[in-house]
Amino acid sequence: MEELRKYAKELLEKGEVAAVIGYQQVNERRTKPIIVTDPADATKLVFNEYCLNNLSVYFTRARIRSLMRTKDKPTKLAITAKPCDVHSIIALIQENQIQRNDVHIISFYCHGVVRDFGCEFSGDYLASKCITCETHKPLYYDKIFGEDKVTPQASDKSLAKIKELEKMSSKERFDYFKSEFDKCIKCYACRAVCPLCYCQRCITDKTIPRWIESSSHGRGNFAWNIVRAFHLSGRCTGCGECDRACPMDIPLSLINRRMAMEVKDLFSFVSGRSLETPTLVGSFDKKDNDEIFM
Amino acid sequence: MTQQKWEPKIVAFVCNWCTYAGADLAGTSRLKYPANTKIIRVMCSGGIDPVFILKAFERGADGVLVSGCHPNDCHYNAGNFHARRRWDLFHKLLDFVGIEKDRLQFSWISASEGKKFADVITKVTKDIMALGPFKAYQNMNSEFTIEFPELEAVALKEMLHEEEVSDGRA
Repeated sequence: MEELRKYAKELLEKGEVAAVIGYQQVNERRTKPIIVTDPADATKLVFNEYCLNNLSVYFTRARIRSLMRTKDKPTKLAITAKPCDVHSIIALIQENQIQRNDVHIISFYCHGVVRDFGCEFSGDYLASKCITCETHKPLYYDKIFGEDKVTPQASDKSLAKIKELEKMSSKERFDYFKSEFDKCIKCYACRAVCPLCYCQRCITDKTIPRWIESSSHGRGNFAWNIVRAFHLSGRCTGCGECDRACPMDIPLSLINRRMAMEVKDLFSFVSGRSLETPTLVGSFDKKDNDEIFM
Repeated sequence: MTQQKWEPKIVAFVCNWCTYAGADLAGTSRLKYPANTKIIRVMCSGGIDPVFILKAFERGADGVLVSGCHPNDCHYNAGNFHARRRWDLFHKLLDFVGIEKDRLQFSWISASEGKKFADVITKVTKDIMALGPFKAYQNMNSEFTIEFPELEAVALKEMLHEEEVSDGRA
């Protein structure tokens, strides 16, 4: 922790970065995001199992982006990111939202975070994304802290749920998702928290014509949730923030994960893993799967 | 009044350069195929947004067909290649959320394949007939919808009256 604070302080003092996006402790079992621009504030930075937020979402915010663009100041921004958050940063770089040179990634050897704030750090505490996580060491970083050690194991409930749904008939699945989507109150927290939902104007906010009915009734909820999942298929890096943000506990990342599985099967592609490969939906292969077409 | 036999409503989004011309050829060749399909012509299969399809279902379509040029034949070179990836994903997504696979079908039909167009339309119509009306999607809002037949009649009259007036002025 002290190393991180010292390092961030140096970066700011030397003027290498304009700000450090990091976590600040609120109480024993909760952290919140903090954007440090004053070297003296670097002492507030922390990193532990309660650092749940995917901070890369800040790169999609105009005010934060403006920090990167000023001419008389350093253009870089430092971010403390878990290895899974680094995937989101990679995806943003792939999609030309930020440049690799604009970001200074401070990462950690990660051994999983807790399910939710306030959750005890013992027993069945791991967040569901951490159970299947394969990248305990970040794929790209400028500085890394922590130690490389074995991560605790737990049972994969989300995969079990997907398998269960796959066995159902279409009608049963429709009823299941209808009952889930019916809970939606159209607060768009899932959109706000997603680092890859960066459209300046979301299709659901466009009113002429109104493609997605914005009332939170059956059809509107179905259309919104399908479009959200579709716009993220082949792009979602599986950070699970939508699940955490959803006040109605709709299994959003379940659908995302299922789509990621399809994408892996069909195109052997995993989003946000390499800076060299092009994005899935922004490119094509002439040998792509053709079986659905008559 | 006798109960009318249910006929499926199918919406086909077809590309201007291949499938629409194929449909034209089916017509000029006087091929017979079921009349349940409403064709919507777009410039390219790559220009069809998935929300068009959701909208079609919302507005009462029982099935949707998307059709474009064969791979390597696209008028815009790569439109259908981009579309193919997207449709593959969209089809898988709809299947996962419980919309039967046959409700949404895809085909490549070139301008010279009038026969294939007639065959595809016949097949899609048969498939949708077998599945029956897509009540699950269409009735999704029934618990929210309040019907006022009298009000509708009034609104209709007003609308007709307005048209008369505007016709008179023209």
